[in-house]
Amino acid sequence: MRASLSDIRAWFGKGTPWIWLQASAVSFSLVLLGGLLVLIAVRGLSHFWPAPLEEWVVRDGQGTQTVLVGQVHRSEWVDAGRLREAGVVVPADIDRVRRHLLKTGNRDLTGRDFTWVLDPDIQARTRPDSLLVLERSQWGVFFGRLAGIREDGVLQDLSGHPWASLTQRVRRAASLRERIATLENKDLASVNYRVNRLERDRQALIDAAAPDQLADALIDLEAERITLQAEFDGYAAELESLYVEINRDSLLMTTPGGEEVEAPMGVVLDAWRPNHMATAEKLGHYLGKLWSFLSDAPREANTEGGIFPALFGTVLMVVLMSLFVTPLGVIAAVYLREYATQGWLTQLIRISVNNLAGVPSIVYGVFGLGFFIYFIGGGIDRLLFSESLPTPTFGTGGLFWASLTLALLTLPVVIVSTEEGLSRIPRSVREGSLALGATRWETLWRTILPMATPGIMTGVILAVARAAGEVAPLMLVGVVKLAPALPLDGDFPFLHLERKFMHLGFHIYDVGFQSPNVEASRPLVYATALLLVAITLVLNLTAVAIRNRLRERYRSLEAQ
Amino acid sequence: MKRHPLAGTAAQSAQSGRFQQLRRRKDRVAGRLITVGGVAVMGAMLLILVYLAGVVAPLFVGASTQTEGLGERPGWADSTRLLDLDERGDLGVRIDDRGTLTVFRVPGLDVLDQLDIGLDDNVSVSTVARDPSRPGLIAIGTEDGRVHLVAYDIERQPGAPGTPRPVSVTLDFPLDEVPRYFAPTAIDRLTLSDRDERLVVAAVAGRLLAVETGRRQVNFLTGDATFDMKLAQVELPFEPVGLVIDGNHRWVTVGDAAGRLHRFTLPGLAADQVLRVSEQPLTALAGLVGDVSLLAADASGVVTQAFPVRDDSGRQELRVIRRFESLGEPVSALLPERRRRGFVAVGEHGALGIYHSTAGQRVWQGRLPLDTSAALAFGPRAEQLLQLAEDGGVARLLIHNRHPEVTFATLWRKIWYENYPEPRHVWQSTAANVDFEPKFSLSPLVLGTLKATLYAMLFAVPVALLGATYTAVFMAPALRRKVKPAIELMAALPTVILGFLAGLWLAPFVERHLAGLLVMAALLPLGLLTFSYAWSQGPLRRGLKWTRGWEPVLLIPVIVSLMALALWLADPLQQWVVGGDLREWLSQEAGISYDQRNAIIVGIAMGISVIPIIYSIAEDALYAVPAHLSDGSLALGATRWQSLVRIVLPTASPGIFSGLMLGMGRAVGETMIVLMATGNTPIMDWNPLEGMRTLSANIAIEMPEASVASTHFRVLFLSALVLFVFTFVVNTAAELVRQRLRKRYASL
Repeated sequence: MRASLSDIRAWFGKGTPWIWLQASAVSFSLVLLGGLLVLIAVRGLSHFWPAPLEEWVVRDGQGTQTVLVGQVHRSEWVDAGRLREAGVVVPADIDRVRRHLLKTGNRDLTGRDFTWVLDPDIQARTRPDSLLVLERSQWGVFFGRLAGIREDGVLQDLSGHPWASLTQRVRRAASLRERIATLENKDLASVNYRVNRLERDRQALIDAAAPDQLADALIDLEAERITLQAEFDGYAAELESLYVEINRDSLLMTTPGGEEVEAPMGVVLDAWRPNHMATAEKLGHYLGKLWSFLSDAPREANTEGGIFPALFGTVLMVVLMSLFVTPLGVIAAVYLREYATQGWLTQLIRISVNNLAGVPSIVYGVFGLGFFIYFIGGGIDRLLFSESLPTPTFGTGGLFWASLTLALLTLPVVIVSTEEGLSRIPRSVREGSLALGATRWETLWRTILPMATPGIMTGVILAVARAAGEVAPLMLVGVVKLAPALPLDGDFPFLHLERKFMHLGFHIYDVGFQSPNVEASRPLVYATALLLVAITLVLNLTAVAIRNRLRERYRSLEAQ
Repeated sequence: MKRHPLAGTAAQSAQSGRFQQLRRRKDRVAGRLITVGGVAVMGAMLLILVYLAGVVAPLFVGASTQTEGLGERPGWADSTRLLDLDERGDLGVRIDDRGTLTVFRVPGLDVLDQLDIGLDDNVSVSTVARDPSRPGLIAIGTEDGRVHLVAYDIERQPGAPGTPRPVSVTLDFPLDEVPRYFAPTAIDRLTLSDRDERLVVAAVAGRLLAVETGRRQVNFLTGDATFDMKLAQVELPFEPVGLVIDGNHRWVTVGDAAGRLHRFTLPGLAADQVLRVSEQPLTALAGLVGDVSLLAADASGVVTQAFPVRDDSGRQELRVIRRFESLGEPVSALLPERRRRGFVAVGEHGALGIYHSTAGQRVWQGRLPLDTSAALAFGPRAEQLLQLAEDGGVARLLIHNRHPEVTFATLWRKIWYENYPEPRHVWQSTAANVDFEPKFSLSPLVLGTLKATLYAMLFAVPVALLGATYTAVFMAPALRRKVKPAIELMAALPTVILGFLAGLWLAPFVERHLAGLLVMAALLPLGLLTFSYAWSQGPLRRGLKWTRGWEPVLLIPVIVSLMALALWLADPLQQWVVGGDLREWLSQEAGISYDQRNAIIVGIAMGISVIPIIYSIAEDALYAVPAHLSDGSLALGATRWQSLVRIVLPTASPGIFSGLMLGMGRAVGETMIVLMATGNTPIMDWNPLEGMRTLSANIAIEMPEASVASTHFRVLFLSALVLFVFTFVVNTAAELVRQRLRKRYASL
């Protein structure tokens, strides 16, 4: 290729290079988007795959030899000089050295989850089939070998099928644990809730009732309290026996270092042998873990376990929000499009809508905190819940205020989209309806709104997608890192609007940035992020699809 | 409505008439409801604005006062040596010249309890001082030069609801019950400070300065605390006025009649520094809460603030910081507030000024309730000033002074805070210790916001605008239908995810590959140009025809490989250029500090969230330019490029502008990305390798902890209001421009 200078100058003169640069900007954006999605997907999905367990014999710079068992978390090349400065002994003749971050688990024994290992220090790498992963309810995972099983303190004969015996016992413990969870989270929580309610009623009674009726009413309440206490005692006794039952078995485990430790079955959630699994088995395990991620509650300060409460809180908040925002948004759009005479007032309203769309979300949070929570919520507390003051009921962040705040935030989205839907309905439809004698309202209700439904749907879906991903305002109006109870349960009034709730987006922020053990919880954050991205993208794509269909439909209407 | 000729019988028609009426009423009601609903949207926006402004407004409301006469106590007038108010402000304490402590109710003045401190019968009290930092600890100086340390404790007893609760008073003597000799003559002036297990008592008697210092010793067996007090004395070469012990017990400072402050070191009383604060004789001296700052008032009524500032040699040199507006008459007393950095100055003839030191302002100016004063007590929350007149009249001034620390200057200008070497813009709203000076400068937050916005726009604008132009003008329609929604989908990515990736993935990545990023920035445009030249001129030029309009697809693999190449090249390049790691070189050789979560990270992450906004609006504007305009120019022989630059871009420029404005509005208000991708340190610096704290992130961090209706709470609301107003202006401008553009297209 012989390019003379004049050729290049001519090429530049025509402006062609700028067009190529413009094209690269498009490609660059696409690469960014694709890279982001791939990064999240790969990191988020790979977490649940049963990674192979490796056994390494490591001889470090001082010549001490240790046996490590773990999963390679990541590997990188580092400058040997920098390591030497940090006091790590590195063979003298190399500049760059590869090191691996090994997830070694067994935090209760070693005090940490991860260890850096220099590649040259590794003497031997093997993947023995006998290595075992224990998922535990505390201290993270355990890596090691099964040495024996005790039942009621008696060592069992495992000569036949130790693994079958183990899995059977794990399954037994799991079903017991499920029963315990129901007892604790549903039955006991319900009794607790009713006791609190009773206490509040009693306080209200003392404050308000006439003295002559007070005694009778108090006796009734006391009787109720006694039945509740009996119910509570029954559950507590059952719970205690279940705990004894679940800890019947315990596992004797050998650590990589050769020590023997005992793990009571009560803390063992699951056990598997990653090196022994066939691909199909791994796939089954993977799906099972994915499911428990979606359906379980978080453990260990949110760094382990599932995200069900966050998912549930997000969905419930979003549903409530759409109940508020849909009628408001549709009414406003109908006013702008169908009722108002276009003039300075509609101009002002349109500017308001645009501004509402542009106001930073944190400002909505501040407004929600000040106006909804302190002003209105505080007022409600003084009027209706004065007996439980100074503990606020509605005067603190909660589900209701959060969904109301987000309804305000997403109002413009619904308005704009509904307006677009309305504007695509041909004039002839309205005129036809009016000419047949229908009133404006009848025209609107029977003809126009049904035709505008896809537009409204699009708006609501976009609003939901926006609300699902919004975090900043929620931090001020009722999202917490760990909610003691779901906002929806079996106790009257079933939907507890004043309760604080968990949210996927805030979960990501909290676990990723406020957690004490960021490195260990990171895969979980990626998985949560993937879920959130998937939800918002699916919602958005649905909205786009509906909008496109709508366009097609009215294009044909207009053509007639 | 006229009846149809085919209508039925009268009964039917009556029924139908009612039905019609119902229909019409329904229609009217619906119409009204919808109108209300529509206007409510505007109402919502106004409500936000008005509510935010309503919360902020009290910040800028000045102080107000109210006078209340409490009665007469003629017996108190001559004998009172100290008047004080209890923590809640509803009990008063008086100590008289015989050493009797009286507790009385405020405002009732009825005496609740009286206790004798136990002075010798023939000795009378000359002066009494209270410890500014420890409520209830007082030092009593006598006519015969002795000092007596007494701690009193007022305990409220449980009482029937609705009636005042009875109190019980107990006395305690932290040193011992025997008064200690300080000087041979009567004690004129006294002050004490008990902090961090150390006690200092300073007295002036005539020209003698006597100071006792000691450390608390706890007996491990009995748990009793004693002080090992040591006395030091020095003869002063001047007439002393006022006496203040430094909060860290390093110095004691005495004023003189020549307008100078004399500082002596503790415990040895070596002369340390003399500072002239005024040409006039000093009349009063006091320490602000924390006792780092000194206030000196002079005969002309001017109060001067001074505090130690570390100089180049590391010495803490006392310096004049600011002067306050004159009271108009000689100041006879300075009373500091106990929690904030405010104080009141009382004039010889009854003038009164309420000041705030950080704000440097006089909040209120007026007169005391009574003309003469024998004693004054300042309420613990600066909510009242109790005055005893020389004729025995008692009155109080109720003070409503909620937010004296906030002025335009403290929010936006440089302020010289205690312990700082020079005036600075500082945001530091809370700290662990009680006598902390809150620093509410919005400047670093606004600068942080602009910095984040700037770097985000630097990244986003070129990509978004170039991409939008290509998509609107050159892209094949089939590709455009796919690409445009895909890029717009980027706007739907929750920002918490962008922030999380930026903070936990991108920041460590850039830290490791800083050089790689730089190489990438240079290599990408160069490499792309080279590739496109090769493609359009070289042997592959036949491909040109079918790639027209599809270039972006072709370029994706090129971009990915160029990025990989840049990362691969970076290491040898930085070895060759700076002889090692670029980041280390920057910090060690160039002296540029590097934060892992810096402005570049924020720029990239926030840029990604801004790109789709600018792209979408600019592309719409460009695409809407009527085709006959560019067709015309092409027909006249212009190249595609010329037609774009001369015809299409100028026509669509208002739309592009409005896209830029909206993108900027989004970047300014974005919270989660900056919260997660920066270190959130409020600094005044444009360095791209350091972080920042933005207005929005600041709200997210501090709002949950701010107590309702406090100054901090209202300042946070103010920053929300600033954000609101800023985006309001930007959005309205963008909207107006867009409407004008729409009209222009309509005319084309």
